[in-house]
Amino acid sequence: MLGLNKKDTTILIVVAVLTMAAPFILNPFPTNSSLAQFNAGYPDLMQRFVIYGIFAIGFNILFGLTGYLSFGHAAFLGIGSYSAVWMFKLLSFNVIPAIALSIVVAGLFSVVIGYISLRRSGIYFSILTLAFAQMSFNLAYSVLSNPKFNLTNGETGLQVYGSDPQYLKGSGPDVTHIFGLEMRATETLKLGGWSFDFNVGYYLCALILLVSFYISVRIFRSPFGMMLRAVKSNQQRMNYTGLNSRPYTLAAFVISGMYAGLAGGLLAAMDPLAGAERMQWTASGEVVLMTILGGAGTLIGPVLGAGFIKYFENIFSKINDNVLHTWFAALPDGMEDFLITIVHPFVGKGWHLTLGLMFMAVVIFLPGGLVQGGQKIGRLFRRRGANAPGPEGEAARKQPAE
Amino acid sequence: MDAILLQILNGLDKGSAYALIALGLTLIFGTLGVVNFAHGALFMLGAFCAVTISKLFNLSHKASEPSGVDFLGNPKYEDVLYVEDWFGERLGGWMLDWSVPLSILFAIPIMIGIGYVMERGLIKHFYKRPHADQILVTFGLAIVLQEVIKYFYGANPIPTPAPEMFRGSFDFGAALGFDANTIIYPYWRMVYFVFSLVIIGGVFAFLRFTTFGMVVRAGMADRETVGLLGIDIDRRFTIMFGIAAAVAGLAGVMYTPINSPNYHMGMDFLVLSFVVVVVGGMGSLPGAVLAGFLLGVLESFASMNQIKSLLPGIDQIIIYLVAIAILLTRPRGLMGRKGVMEE
Amino acid sequence: MTKSKLTRRGLIRTGAVTAGGLAMPTIFTSQVWGQTDTGFTNAPTGDTVTLGFNVPQSGPYADEGADELRAFELAVEHLNGEGDGGMLSTFSSKTLEGNGILGKKVAYVSGDTQTKSDAARASAKSMIEKDGAIMISGGSSSGVAVAVQGLCQEAGIIFMSGLTHSNDTTGKDRKANGFRHFFNAYMSAAALAPVLSQLYGNDRKVYSLTADYTWGWTQQESIQAATEELGWETITDVRTPLAATDFSSYMTPVLNSGADVLILNHYGGNMVNSLTNAVQFGLRDKQVNGKNFEIVVPLYSELMAKGAGKNITGIVGSQNWDWKLENEKGDRYAGTNAFVQSFGTKYGFPPSQAAQTCYAQTLLYADAVNRAKSFNPCAVVEALEDFEFDGLGNGPTLYRAADHQCFKDVVVVRGKENPENEFDLVEIVEVTPAEQVTYDPEHPMFAGGDLGECNPGA
Repeated sequence: MLGLNKKDTTILIVVAVLTMAAPFILNPFPTNSSLAQFNAGYPDLMQRFVIYGIFAIGFNILFGLTGYLSFGHAAFLGIGSYSAVWMFKLLSFNVIPAIALSIVVAGLFSVVIGYISLRRSGIYFSILTLAFAQMSFNLAYSVLSNPKFNLTNGETGLQVYGSDPQYLKGSGPDVTHIFGLEMRATETLKLGGWSFDFNVGYYLCALILLVSFYISVRIFRSPFGMMLRAVKSNQQRMNYTGLNSRPYTLAAFVISGMYAGLAGGLLAAMDPLAGAERMQWTASGEVVLMTILGGAGTLIGPVLGAGFIKYFENIFSKINDNVLHTWFAALPDGMEDFLITIVHPFVGKGWHLTLGLMFMAVVIFLPGGLVQGGQKIGRLFRRRGANAPGPEGEAARKQPAE
Repeated sequence: MDAILLQILNGLDKGSAYALIALGLTLIFGTLGVVNFAHGALFMLGAFCAVTISKLFNLSHKASEPSGVDFLGNPKYEDVLYVEDWFGERLGGWMLDWSVPLSILFAIPIMIGIGYVMERGLIKHFYKRPHADQILVTFGLAIVLQEVIKYFYGANPIPTPAPEMFRGSFDFGAALGFDANTIIYPYWRMVYFVFSLVIIGGVFAFLRFTTFGMVVRAGMADRETVGLLGIDIDRRFTIMFGIAAAVAGLAGVMYTPINSPNYHMGMDFLVLSFVVVVVGGMGSLPGAVLAGFLLGVLESFASMNQIKSLLPGIDQIIIYLVAIAILLTRPRGLMGRKGVMEE
Repeated sequence: MTKSKLTRRGLIRTGAVTAGGLAMPTIFTSQVWGQTDTGFTNAPTGDTVTLGFNVPQSGPYADEGADELRAFELAVEHLNGEGDGGMLSTFSSKTLEGNGILGKKVAYVSGDTQTKSDAARASAKSMIEKDGAIMISGGSSSGVAVAVQGLCQEAGIIFMSGLTHSNDTTGKDRKANGFRHFFNAYMSAAALAPVLSQLYGNDRKVYSLTADYTWGWTQQESIQAATEELGWETITDVRTPLAATDFSSYMTPVLNSGADVLILNHYGGNMVNSLTNAVQFGLRDKQVNGKNFEIVVPLYSELMAKGAGKNITGIVGSQNWDWKLENEKGDRYAGTNAFVQSFGTKYGFPPSQAAQTCYAQTLLYADAVNRAKSFNPCAVVEALEDFEFDGLGNGPTLYRAADHQCFKDVVVVRGKENPENEFDLVEIVEVTPAEQVTYDPEHPMFAGGDLGECNPGA
């Protein structure tokens, strides 16, 4: 189907089903139960899952295939967001031109940055990309927001004001929309104690994720993808055969830059504000972590990694002592206090600690990332299948080769 | 002229912190081939050694008699310091005042211990793993370390002053024949500069003039051959990891009077120290030191008003600009060796 | 490679068609966060009402955030009739009786802003979308406050900002659904000016270091205008990178410039470091133009004072509130002691100004709902606009309708020479009365903003 082999089609269908049914899957607990704290099926977080999924898929095309570790990809995310918000400010709140421009501008920047950075390899390449991203961040945060030439609106973040021209707005809505359909429009389905949110913005992002995912599968399976893998396994040998690898790596860099721009554009489309922190090295580091955590070089790993990190950031940080008390309220007092003392450092303001421990646990026990964890579990269920791993397995096994 | 002198002084001082951290980082790269994202955290742990020592010295018990009321109106008991109880007011007071330099004595064994445990317990298992995995695990470790510190010490910076005699500043200008107040420089920063030279010199001398150092250098050049000669190179590398951790830790201890340490300071230095190491060239110790001082001096010059008015914001990006320029003209940084971390 | 490109183009086309197809049927009513039946977002249905407290829990302001959260917890306790009631008894409006808000028990959720606008908005959104919060409060930086305020305006939620000091929050970026109790950069400058003139005379030359971002600029602009009115001269203003940790290269030219006052427009870690560096360079011991060299830090906080340690001694700055206010300046600041008493009893140390502003904001919101007899944001906005109150620790205060900014006395403080205990870091020099810090809503530093209409969300 769609030019994919059977296994890839299965993966694509699984991803499609998962994203389309996400509002159900992510809200497994009734709203009033104490476990509702772990529900992630509200529009904002679902949007973030898929948007950062797109970001990580794109990053994986560069890092997973070629092995070039970019430490500055957040710059493209930020650039995408800024372009999108500028489109809102100048044209209208329709997201289509905004997303289109964010891809184009991020693409242009990635051509320039990629052209320069790809002259070096290994850690030298990483530091070059990091330097470009940090410069973008520092300038966007301060100098580029001076009153005379306010491109980024600095710390506050670029946003749309009533006084902006919005030449094409006409009578269109005052919030981001796609041809009149508002991004934030949400239909809530109540079933017994459960409640499920179906949000327009989320489904737009989910569709784009599917398209992005499909493209990435095609790239992985194409001769071009093969060429990129060759770069990863031994660039020198490739060069000796008379092939110039630079155009291939540059193409991969630009494609992944455009993915990042797309993700940035979508972030702005869901919430029309672009902050400079999106470009900071911590944001670049985050996508690296997402990809490695999920399983670099695998198709679905980066999406899992993105979901994992965003889940911790948004769910664990909200568990405060008050919530803990309601959880353990049924226990005797001494027991309750004891459990709270134990759990307390790991949740709420300690969510970073849990995240750090998870990073270490995953990389120590699952060298292939979360995807490998999934495979291990899968193998437990069907022992005989162990000798015939799917395409995910192949990819994961290829990964450890540097 | 005086302004230029002053910025060179500044730059050398800033550079000494960069150089110390980068030195430890590049030692780990060079010997073990590990990308250690937890190196900034080691710097931070060193600083918190100083904080802990000064806290320990400040441990106190309540006086037996109340001496007034506290902010809620309850009776208040004066705190009496244990150090003054045990060592008398004079020696105790001196220990309090000199808590930062005294911390060095404690920090060296502690940091070597931490480095040893880290290498044996964690890093060892990652030699054969891809750099990406090393980054993930050491970054995770860095987060865990800083969160643990945050849990015990909070997020606010903690003031840890230098000994009384090193507070204030020295008027270089007057000494060199300029007008008074044109070139002043804080004593403690000069101490830091000298201290960093001593440490850097010490590490170089150790590698250059001891048999141990010779073996380690040989191992850096060709680990396998040295191993084939029947030398237990791994054990030596573990010790080098401990030394690298101690260098980072000492840089942290001595840095505390310059800026009040907080749990986040490691991350603030992490990116910068990587840039320094790479600009210096992977696996090159002199390169790291040279790059540290070079970037420090350039950063100081970029923050001069005259230059900032020409190029607004230049002080925010100078380090990265220079890094790009150097890497484009010299493919392996200033003094990098071929083939290290290039794959 | 060519092949994949072709397919991609084809697929984007298919994707667009699919998207278009999905958009056609009207399965999704254009309904927003609000429920149509009540007319506003997140109308509380059961017997509880949920407030969202969005504070920094990681990053450099985590301790300030923790203090804010403590104050919020205390406020919720008092609103629900637990504890000693704190400022409920001193508050001039008497609608709060310890039975929650409009008879509904107060519940709360908390989140981590990370002091990043992105994360703060994500956290606020989850409170609105998932937890059904009706009001969001907290925060420790202006960037975050403006970002979250904008979000609340769009969503139809009331935003009671925590610590935000930039002029923009109630100036250029003011919003109908947003309210600020904390003072701002202009007020700091206006309050400091008379004290500075009294302490240091009217003939001074200023060298200022300014954090290179929005708050720093508004602070610098404000203090420069106020001091120049005194007759002070600003020699140079140098912008310092936000990420800077070592300010030595910005300190070295100071003495050489002929300035005799250094103004540090820095906050948080920046301020702790720049002040520490300034003192290291011995600036405080110098004589320039025959006068003692002085350092001024326009915005002060207890946590900064704690971080700077002894270096803070004798440095003048301004605060929104101080826990010793009622003891030292009398009954005008009633409420202070009641709050300090209940906070101190519960947590063992006196509250910071961030805690006080968050506590007061929560009470003000609850009271406004009670007076409006509705949770509808527009009713709350109406109840808060031009509301005059007293007894929340700051003396008589006005919530001005034109820009949703509180006007009250500003405390000018100085780092204490010999602190009696670890909490007693600053001494109150002067309290500048509200009239002196009041300005026109369309003052040039605040112009360009538009409150817009209050948005109930549905």
